[in-house]
Order: sequence, then structure tokens, then C-alpha cells
Amino acid sequence: MNSLVVAALLLVLLGVAYSSGWSRSRALAGGGVKVHSRPQYHASYVAIWAMVPALLILGLWAFFGTGLTYNYLLAQIPPDTLSTLDPAALLLTVRRIEALASGYGAAGTVQAFEQAAAEALRTFQFMTFAGVVGLAAIAGFGALAYARSRITARQRARNAVERVIGIVLIACSAVAILTTLGIVVSLATEAFRFFTFIHPFDFFFGTVWAPDNAGGIEHPGKYGLIPLLVGTLMITAIAMLVAVPVGLMAAIYLSQYAPRQLRAVAKPAIEILAGIPTIVFGFFALVTVGPFLRDAGNAVGLSINATSALTAGVVMGIMIIPFVSSLSDDILNQVPRSLRDGAYGLGATQSETIRNVLLPAALPGIVGAFLLAVSRAIGETMIVVLAAGNSPVLRGNPFEPVATITVSIVNQLTGDTDFAGPQSLVGFALGLTLFVITLGLNIFALYIVRRFREQYE
Amino acid sequence: MDILDTARRTASPAAGNAMTSEMLDTHRIRLTARDVTVHYGTKQALHGISIDIPSHAVTSFIGPSGCGKSTFLRCINRMNDTIEGAKVGGTIKLDGEDIYDPSLDVVELRARIGMVFQKPNPFPKSIFDNVAYGPRIHGLAQSKADLDEIVHLSLRRAGLWEEVKDRLSEPGTGLSGGQQQRLCIARAIAVSPEVILMDEPCSALDPIATAIIEELIDELRENFTIVIVTHSMQQAARVSQKTAFFHLGKLIEEGNTSDIFTNPVHKQTQDYITGRIG
Repeated sequence: MNSLVVAALLLVLLGVAYSSGWSRSRALAGGGVKVHSRPQYHASYVAIWAMVPALLILGLWAFFGTGLTYNYLLAQIPPDTLSTLDPAALLLTVRRIEALASGYGAAGTVQAFEQAAAEALRTFQFMTFAGVVGLAAIAGFGALAYARSRITARQRARNAVERVIGIVLIACSAVAILTTLGIVVSLATEAFRFFTFIHPFDFFFGTVWAPDNAGGIEHPGKYGLIPLLVGTLMITAIAMLVAVPVGLMAAIYLSQYAPRQLRAVAKPAIEILAGIPTIVFGFFALVTVGPFLRDAGNAVGLSINATSALTAGVVMGIMIIPFVSSLSDDILNQVPRSLRDGAYGLGATQSETIRNVLLPAALPGIVGAFLLAVSRAIGETMIVVLAAGNSPVLRGNPFEPVATITVSIVNQLTGDTDFAGPQSLVGFALGLTLFVITLGLNIFALYIVRRFREQYE
Repeated sequence: MDILDTARRTASPAAGNAMTSEMLDTHRIRLTARDVTVHYGTKQALHGISIDIPSHAVTSFIGPSGCGKSTFLRCINRMNDTIEGAKVGGTIKLDGEDIYDPSLDVVELRARIGMVFQKPNPFPKSIFDNVAYGPRIHGLAQSKADLDEIVHLSLRRAGLWEEVKDRLSEPGTGLSGGQQQRLCIARAIAVSPEVILMDEPCSALDPIATAIIEELIDELRENFTIVIVTHSMQQAARVSQKTAFFHLGKLIEEGNTSDIFTNPVHKQTQDYITGRIG
């Protein structure tokens, strides 16, 4: 109800401000003077002027109002009663008073001081709300009048509005950047807490991964990163062995050989692969690919586990194919046509042109695509959870189950863990490691892609 | 055989052109085009082009933008094959051999008819590898020394040797525009083609680089049959012995260069060379 009132107030303010700015601007123009800005800029100018103080007051109240109300409420509880309450009981009492004040009522017998406090609180809430809304309205309409009075023919409303738009856009990009920063900071601080339990050397160079989830702080178990890192890199390598040749050749076919109609169908069809949720791929790996690889291994005398690095890697490779092929396709198409013509003009065949001219010219871009695909593979979780077997043991055989960094994060952070011991804090250390690896790969990939771009400009 | 005396042309060559005509007469015809048409999808770009191109001479195609001169040039080494939806009709014969015959290998044809493009397009490889590219894919050199010799000779003929001999391993894309274009010419002559097609080879170059290339074209005439598309009528007048004027996908007039420029038969030709259309 309250927020509805506020929204209505703001809408009315916005509408009035806009139309008054508009009409004032039109009136100026009607006088035969040359007006600097178009009416919509004057209108926006007035609207912005009116909205900012109103929003500022409402925002300040949203920020500080809760604390003020709480303090007022505490002051309504008799001091001798207050001193007898422990934190839990105090919280309960406050809740009861709030419930009474909002009219829902409270269970059990209502004590006299509770009833009195509730009534005082209700009055206080109503008064402050009315006061704040009134203040916002006064400020808004005051600013409106001021802005309207400032509109003259030479007033540069357009420039002012453009500046506000610029500020809004900067604020939006700041949200994205600050979120990233916040995530990094929280990862880093939690990881740092983890390193107070486990020495970083034991973490980064330990070869045994055996967390003792029931051991508490005294018996944390062993947290060696190496087995997880090896598992991650093994699966990533297998995925790349599948995705890069297939994806690259598909890209070459699509960009150089395929007739236009086929390309129009085939390119989106391949890209649909990228739209399949990874859990579906994981399911596919578990139910279809794993048993198939096991049976195929049996047929040639290899012992392949149904859930293994191979299964997860192959399916992850399939998942990444559209990523590689779509990026490579774009990059191949960026190679200037004149280069291709030059090779054809010398009597090079199509495959000679592709091998000797197109691929070398596109190579940096393709390497960039490859690295982006690698960072995707390293961070992939669902397929590995389902199909890699979750066996954090250091071994080099891709036919055996492995565990990866992502899977171990899932294992350590799900279930009944508190966030004080190394058992769960290790998740942040693993996450930070993963973040640093993929960040490094992305930066490297972008660097390479950018160098490639400069070559033809 | 009087190649100048086409059906379109009725006026007799002016006396001042006698030497050039005589020179052309002594050369045999290298390329014969008859009734060549090109369609891009449903749009017809060329209408029945018939022309003879003499050996060891420079033939220039002139005309306003979009008149089909580049399209026709690209028919001669079948570069239009690489454009989707392009359809070529009529016959083009190189030394009496139909180049659109299905049994003919287009790769081999393009080794015989080299091409230099409007924008210099060196490969992103070293200067040496740029020139050696053609000989390598066609297996023209038996040894490393052979290949070095071909590269050396081609660069010398293209007038680039002195400028690049000390930096053959540097990327070809690092040269200036005019040098790049001469590198592309060296690359084209390295495969010893019989015909060299040039599609506005100087349009991206400054006047000094243009003068160097024009001089080069004149020298190359001794060993190659050259067809050049140009926007510049002065260039056509300077470098070519035979000129063909295209307009709206049709060949309006062709003949001795000096005749075309001093005594054109068709009004359209006259309008174009005097700057009234185009």
C-alpha cells in the first residue's frame, strides 16, 4: 500500500514535470524566438530536476528509516522490561510489537506495554511516512518550479539532459564492474580465511585431496589441489581434442565450401547445440556416451570406466563444438576477400588457399577462440558432476574416474556445512584458483584476438 | 589479319597511328571472346561481348563505373567462378582453347592467366614467400636455388629487387602501397603466366607509384600479354596499344588506342573520353 502511494506520487510528479516543461518550451517557441533545445529536452530537463530531490529523500528514508523506527520502538519498551530481555526474547518482542502495529495481531496474551508500544509505533510509522512523502512531494514540486523558471530560449537543456544520460550509462556499467570486483573481493577474503587453516603450499602443491567433512576444525583432512587440477586439465584437453578439429573443420566447410542455402540452415543448427542446457549434456554423457565408451573399450580390450575423464571430456567437447565453429567461422569470414582472390588468381586450389593463406591469416583469431573455449571447458560443472566419476585421486589414465575443481566446489559447499571451517572455506580457495586461471586465459585470448584485428586495419 | 577492323569500326585509322597499327598487326591474337554474357543472379551484367586481344601488347578496358569492364576481365581467368550466383555465357578462347570447357582445369588456367588486383593484396607472409607462393604450389622450382632465382628474377622484373633485396624475410604487408602492388605483380609473373590481367592496378596508388607501375607495364609487354582495366583515360592512352570502351555492360567500341582517343566512331565514346559522361 505504502509503496503504491510512493509510486503514484512519483508518476504524477514525472507527468506534471514533463508536461509543464513541454508546455513552457512550446510557449517560448511560439513567441518567435529561436529556442536552443527541442521541447522534449526541456520537458526531460524539468522531469529530471523534479525527480532527483524526490528520489533522494525517499532513498535516504529507505536507508535510514528502518534504523530510526527500530530505535523509536525500543524507546517505547519500558526500561526495566528491556533490561530483562535477552537478545532472542528482545527479537521476539520486537516482532510481536511490529505485528500488532501492522494489525495482524500477535499470538498469546498481549502485554500492556506491547499494546501501548504498538499503538505508538503505528502512529509513528504513519506520521513519518506522511512526512517523508510530503517532504518528497514538496521538494519535487519545488525543484519542478525552479527548473521550469530556468527555461529560457538560450538555455541548454539538451546538453544538460545528455549529460544526465551519460551519468546513468556510466552508473549501469559501474554496476557490472563493481559486481565483479565484489565477487573477487569476497572470494579473496574467504580464500584468505581458508589459508589460515591450511598452508597455501599444502593447498597448491598437495597431491592428496581428502577433506574430512566430519572432522571439524581440529581434523580438517587434506586439501591438495594437484589431483583436481590434473583432472580438470585432463578433461579440458580431451574436450579440446574433440572440439577443435571438428569445430574448425565445420567452420571451414561452412565459411568456404557450403552453398548459401545450406549454410543458412546448418549454421543455426550447429548453434542450437550451444543452447542445450549443460545438465542435459551431463545426462547424455551418463546414460549414453559412458556406457557406449565402456562397451567400445571392452570390444577392443580396453578397460574404460563408464564415468571417466574420457566420457566427460568427449561430451564436453561436443558441447563446445558450436562455440569453436561459430567463432572460427566469423574469423575466417573476416579475412579479406582480396587475399583469397590473390591466391585463386595465382592458380591455387581451394584447399591450398585455405591452408596457405586463409588459416595463417586467421590463426591468431582461431587461437583466441580456442583459448576462450578452454576457459569455458575449465569452468564447466554439470557434465563433470554427472559423468567424470568424482574420484579425486591423482592418476594419469583418462579411462578412470577423476574429479575436477568445479566438482569439488560443489561437493564442499552443498550439504550440511558451516562456513567457519576449512571444509567449506576451501570452496572459495578453489573458486579463486579457477577464477584466476580462466581470467588469465581470457585476457590472453583477448590480447591475441586484438592483435589479429589490427592486422587488416 | 587486321584485328582493328572490327564490325563496329568503320573509320579508317588515322595516319598518325600507322606505326602502332603496324606493330599490333605483327602480333598474333592471344584471346578471343565471342558473345560473352554474365548474369549475377537475375541481373545481366554483360551483354554479348566480342573482342580479340593481341599477344605482347597492352589492351585497356575503359568505361564508367559499373560498365562491366572488371566483370569481363574476371571472366578471362574465370575468377567469376568464385562468386556465388554468377553465370557466364558465350566463349572465350586462349590460343584457340575454350577456357570454359568442362575438361579444362581452372587451376591450370589461372596459372597461365595471372591477375593483379585493384587493392594491393600481399599475403601476410614474408616478401620472399609472397613471390615464391605460386612457384611452390605449381612445383615450378626443382631446388632451393631454383626458387631463389625465380624470386630474384620476378622481383627484378617488377622493379622491386633493389628496394627489398635486403629484407626479403620481412612481411610483405609492411611495404608501401606502390611497393605492395609491385610485389603483387612480381608474385603474378613468378608463375610465368602468358597473360596478365590487371584490375585498376593503380587506383589505390599515388601519382609517383602510378608512374612507376605504368613504366613497368610497358616493359612487361615484351614478355606478356597484358589486359588492364583502368578508370584513368590518360593511363589507357599512355600504356595501352589497344583500347576497348564499355558502357552499361556493352562493348561500345574497340580499336587502336590512338584512334579511340583521337577519332572515336561512337558518340558515347567521344562523350566519355571528353568527360561528358561517366
